[in-house]
Amino acid sequence: MMDLDADDIFRDDDDDIQNQLSLENETSKEYVVYLVDASPKMFTTTSPSEEEGKMDETHFHIAISCISHSLKSQIINRSYDEIAICFYNTREKKNIQDLNGVFVFNVAEREFLDRPNARLIKEFDSIEDTFSNNIGSKQGIVSATRENSLYNAIWVAQALLRKGSAKTVDKRMLLFTNEDDPFGSMNWAIKSDMTRTTLQRAKDARDLGISMELLPLSCADEVFNVSQFYADLIGLEGDDLVDFMPSAGNKLEDMKDQLRKRMFAKRIVKRIKFTIANGISIDLNSYALIRPTVPGAITWLDSVTNRPLKSERTFICADTGALVEESSRRFHPYKNQNITFSVKELIEIKRVSTGHLHLLGFKPLNCLRDYHNLKPSTFLYPSYEGMDGSECIFVALHRSMIQLNRFALAFYGSSTRPQLVALVAQDEVIQSGGQIEPPGMHMIYLPYSDDIRRIEERFSDSSGMVPKASDDQIKKAADLIKRIDLKDFSVCQFANPALQRHYAVLQALALEEDEIPEMKDETLPDEEGLARPGVVRAIEEFKTSIYGGNYDEESEQPTGKPSETTRKRKAIAEFATKECENYEWGDLADTGKLKDLTVVELKYYLAAHDLPVSGKKEALISRILTHMGK
Amino acid sequence: MARNKEALVLLLDVGPSMHSVFPQLHKLCSMLMQKKLIYTKFDKVGIVLFGTEETRNNLTTEVGGYEHVAVLKNIKVVDGDIVEALQELPRGTKNGDFLDAVIVGMDMLIKRFRKTKKGKKRLCLITNAQCPIKDSVEGTKEEQVTTIAKQMAVYGMRMESIILRGKLTQDANKRVMDENDRLLRIFSKEMSTKLLYVEDPVSLFGALKTRNVAPCSLFRGDLELCPELRIEVMVYKKTMEEKFPTLKKYSDKAPPNDKYATHEVKVDYVYKSSEDNDKVVLPDQRIQGYRYGPHIVPISAAEWDAVKFKPEKGVKLLGFTDSSNVLRHQYMKDVNIFIAEPRNTKAVLSVSALARAMKDTNKVAILRCVWRRGQRNVVIGVLTPNVTDRADIPDSFYFNVLPFAEDVREFQFPSFTNIPPSWQPNEQQLEAASNFIKMLDLAPEGNEEVLLPDFTPNPVLERFYRYLELKSKNQDAAVPPLDHTLKKMTEPDVDLLLQNKSVIDSFRRSFELKENPRHKKSRRLLRERRTDSNEEEGKGDITAHPANLIEYTSAIKVENIEDPTPAEDFEAMFSRRDSPDWIVKAIKDMKNKIFDLVENSHEGDNYPKALECLVVLRKGCILEQEPKQFNDFLRHLRNFCRQKNLRSFCQYLSSKGLTWISNREAVDSEARNFVVKHEPKVE
Repeated sequence: MMDLDADDIFRDDDDDIQNQLSLENETSKEYVVYLVDASPKMFTTTSPSEEEGKMDETHFHIAISCISHSLKSQIINRSYDEIAICFYNTREKKNIQDLNGVFVFNVAEREFLDRPNARLIKEFDSIEDTFSNNIGSKQGIVSATRENSLYNAIWVAQALLRKGSAKTVDKRMLLFTNEDDPFGSMNWAIKSDMTRTTLQRAKDARDLGISMELLPLSCADEVFNVSQFYADLIGLEGDDLVDFMPSAGNKLEDMKDQLRKRMFAKRIVKRIKFTIANGISIDLNSYALIRPTVPGAITWLDSVTNRPLKSERTFICADTGALVEESSRRFHPYKNQNITFSVKELIEIKRVSTGHLHLLGFKPLNCLRDYHNLKPSTFLYPSYEGMDGSECIFVALHRSMIQLNRFALAFYGSSTRPQLVALVAQDEVIQSGGQIEPPGMHMIYLPYSDDIRRIEERFSDSSGMVPKASDDQIKKAADLIKRIDLKDFSVCQFANPALQRHYAVLQALALEEDEIPEMKDETLPDEEGLARPGVVRAIEEFKTSIYGGNYDEESEQPTGKPSETTRKRKAIAEFATKECENYEWGDLADTGKLKDLTVVELKYYLAAHDLPVSGKKEALISRILTHMGK
Repeated sequence: MARNKEALVLLLDVGPSMHSVFPQLHKLCSMLMQKKLIYTKFDKVGIVLFGTEETRNNLTTEVGGYEHVAVLKNIKVVDGDIVEALQELPRGTKNGDFLDAVIVGMDMLIKRFRKTKKGKKRLCLITNAQCPIKDSVEGTKEEQVTTIAKQMAVYGMRMESIILRGKLTQDANKRVMDENDRLLRIFSKEMSTKLLYVEDPVSLFGALKTRNVAPCSLFRGDLELCPELRIEVMVYKKTMEEKFPTLKKYSDKAPPNDKYATHEVKVDYVYKSSEDNDKVVLPDQRIQGYRYGPHIVPISAAEWDAVKFKPEKGVKLLGFTDSSNVLRHQYMKDVNIFIAEPRNTKAVLSVSALARAMKDTNKVAILRCVWRRGQRNVVIGVLTPNVTDRADIPDSFYFNVLPFAEDVREFQFPSFTNIPPSWQPNEQQLEAASNFIKMLDLAPEGNEEVLLPDFTPNPVLERFYRYLELKSKNQDAAVPPLDHTLKKMTEPDVDLLLQNKSVIDSFRRSFELKENPRHKKSRRLLRERRTDSNEEEGKGDITAHPANLIEYTSAIKVENIEDPTPAEDFEAMFSRRDSPDWIVKAIKDMKNKIFDLVENSHEGDNYPKALECLVVLRKGCILEQEPKQFNDFLRHLRNFCRQKNLRSFCQYLSSKGLTWISNREAVDSEARNFVVKHEPKVE
């Protein structure tokens, strides 16, 4: 057997430490304190003219709804992040330091800075109704008493964010205000004093690794002037200052319509040793860049107490009924006997290659056919911890492969399914300043011969007379294709409607909302676009070139005989419709006599009304009742 | 199960020219039979051999002729006996006539089934089609083949022909091969026939579908381009992973004499309250819950069902777009194929026109699909054209699932343009990489693509089924080593590496790998031997070699070179690392084996095997840097042949291009590089 390498034995633990190290720069958690100005000015309406009967929105309302939206997506996307909501310029006070004019909003059984929960979101949603009673708005910057609520607010936020190390947690303060000059009404001496202390407070916070962001709310007639005071507070300089106002507007919008999308921390899935040639191997890290997202896992609860249940697994011998330990033997029936295998033997069978990833050679990209695919690809990027120079080899191969239009064929000896893989070099793609595609190689899992089905050949026509389109028909098709062109199509521009619906339902239930908001299904075809005259004309021409003038007749009467099953199905439906007429369904339902009918009889109704006929008798009955609207 | 029951007659060429591929042939056929035993155990199978010494078939007795065609097994339900029979195929001595065999096979199927089982009767011909078929009594050979093919079509038979070419054949009469190719093509024109040419052992292994899966359509209905234009299509799976069989848990609790014991283990799940460990909660007292932040929101299955997303069944076009807008790595799942309703000419034409136009203009189509009624989600995917020049196969589309916004994780990685200078390859390094890529070409122009997925079998499954068969005879059998042929796909091809040694060396020299100071822990993983010019010091360190000799991972310890698989045994022994003595013993045993083979050869029937042994010995000696051992042995062997009047073997070797180990391949060698020289014939 292979000799054991002392380093190898401990390597796994090692890797974990390295994982943590490599995550240092990319913190996995976020702590956010929302600081909302609650001064009377925030409650004045934004647009003085009441146009088009639109409800006036106060800045306060904008801030609240923005945070509320953000929380609702955050609880799905990054539910382990912690947040606090903090109003300043308030009448009441509630904070650890007992400072005036600052009110930390919270609900029972929750720390000030904590993960958001349903109750917080729900109560926050209705905060505008209770605000004046419970918290109240009051200008907290008073020159006479030297009271400075902005200073207090930053101090409170900083205290809240004391939790957790700045190395592992990304700490942020988000400031919502419409006052660009908070100390504007003061006399010069007090103003400069307050400005100085407030700026110092902010700088202290920033020095602790807390980033400060400003979300200015400006009126139509009065533009928020960030250089007045806040540029210094949040540390803006140069170009950033110029770009600040336009980008701030976007930020506010972004917060509002964030997609509910579970976020994943960048994690190395596996470290892979890539053997390129005799004596040359390099270290790669693999990442999962694209994986299907599923709604979270189901937890089983006790339906009475709603407490989570734990599941226990037991093994029972089918022959004797005795409880057994989990067996280490498996069996497969073969030639009328049971052939048993030990788990070790099964692992042994699957171990066909020693290394991780062995390069076999290169092929032109067109050898990688569209049907050579089984599951999502894995992304490979050179490891920092590898040999010196291995990055260089990787980059050189990467560049040459792109230039020569080739992919690498390699054998990936994973322990679950060793298989051939294609390594496709991907150049970096940058769009509007963001990295759309990172540079590296994508590992595409190739099928084996038995995984590929020769469907085309099943439908081959031995007469050799399969019709192929004529040049004119192809030209008409090309015109059509040109007309229905998705110019800026990008993969993943669509949200998954099923998943979004799931989240919406979950939110509605959790927050006890009355109705589930209707979701827009972005995946539906653009009917308006398809109805444009140019498109319609192209479609008509294509139709004429293929069907002649009689598309409609043809499509109604499919050529050839309908298949056996269709005919059978049709006959059943017809029969059911006939039988169905023999019953007084309405009466039966009203008198509760449906349950006296047989399943066969119930199915007459279902089949006749084109409803599913699966399920137990109760299910059938309830389906019939639902269909009747009872 | 019965629906899918088929009758298969294997027509195997066992003539002398086929002997070299016997190991692959019998493994391929046994796997086919084993899978039948497991998955379709009511299938019927018959085996016909041709090129045999003896003649044994019904047609000979009835009408005469059909010599050297022997029915090894008559058509019967697949069983262990058939698997057994395939393991010891008799080596034929005559040139087989594949057409005779086809007729015999056809006759067997007709006599047994008449016109029943349409489309479930199959002939599978495996031959190198190197030997001429006999002239027919009446008409040309072409006419004869046409008649037979028509006859087979009438009876609803299908035929699959696997023709060995390239590396798998010896030099043969080109005219004969061309004629045979022409005749075989007639079959595929006249009836439902699949004709495959395979050029290397791995693809021979993968050429035959070993498991018959009746395709089930995923969707039948309209591909809706817009409400006014619908094309009737059918959607099938094009790829689908054949999984490792799921094995049941075994319980040995049943009394040993209980014949009806199932030995199964049932797994039972009980849900218990988290506070009270003894309280079991019954299914109707449970409710599902989903996490929402720190809390769990309960929701009953019925409630859930009422509010779930319920799209309407249908496949709709969203639009076309440039193929560059969809990247290859964004394909998410196994692949579907869209085929137009076959009898619907207009639909076939529409698909053909669109596919061809898409191909010409480099466009792809984006679709939104809901395959089934009641499906709770939609699928967004890309349709790519699959255009064929074959007149008997309709154009179609491949369909790949694309990710949704939620499925993409936007991780950022440092760009390669502003990386540290030490990462940045220089001109010379880029050129070395580029040469390296060009040389390690697996799809050289004019040659068959190596390791084409369509012809590459799954080595793990092959190994599993072989092991299953072994265990059925001996429960304690050890895991067999990975098949010799299939091993080739897990590591680079040694021949290819040796041919391009200079390019690889220059590639290696261009890049210097150093221990990373950032990472102090010793990376023993990477501690591979540096083989620059001095290969001498590599002795004993087998892992560093690129060869297929890298240790067999099997636990099996081969201690002797045995008859059925001398080459594999040699390699297994060679890779044993528990003692260097094994290598010495392996070389010694192998030499003896080769002598035996040559000496006991009857009309050269052992020569291919002896050659196979010589080739692995040669490779082994190169890797072990023992060229002298091999060269001396070869010299000795030649003298031996001369004495024993076995010159034909020397000629055979020279015809196969077996050479001394040259200085180029091993430093220690004599600086000679010539082919085993031709001996003057002594009449």
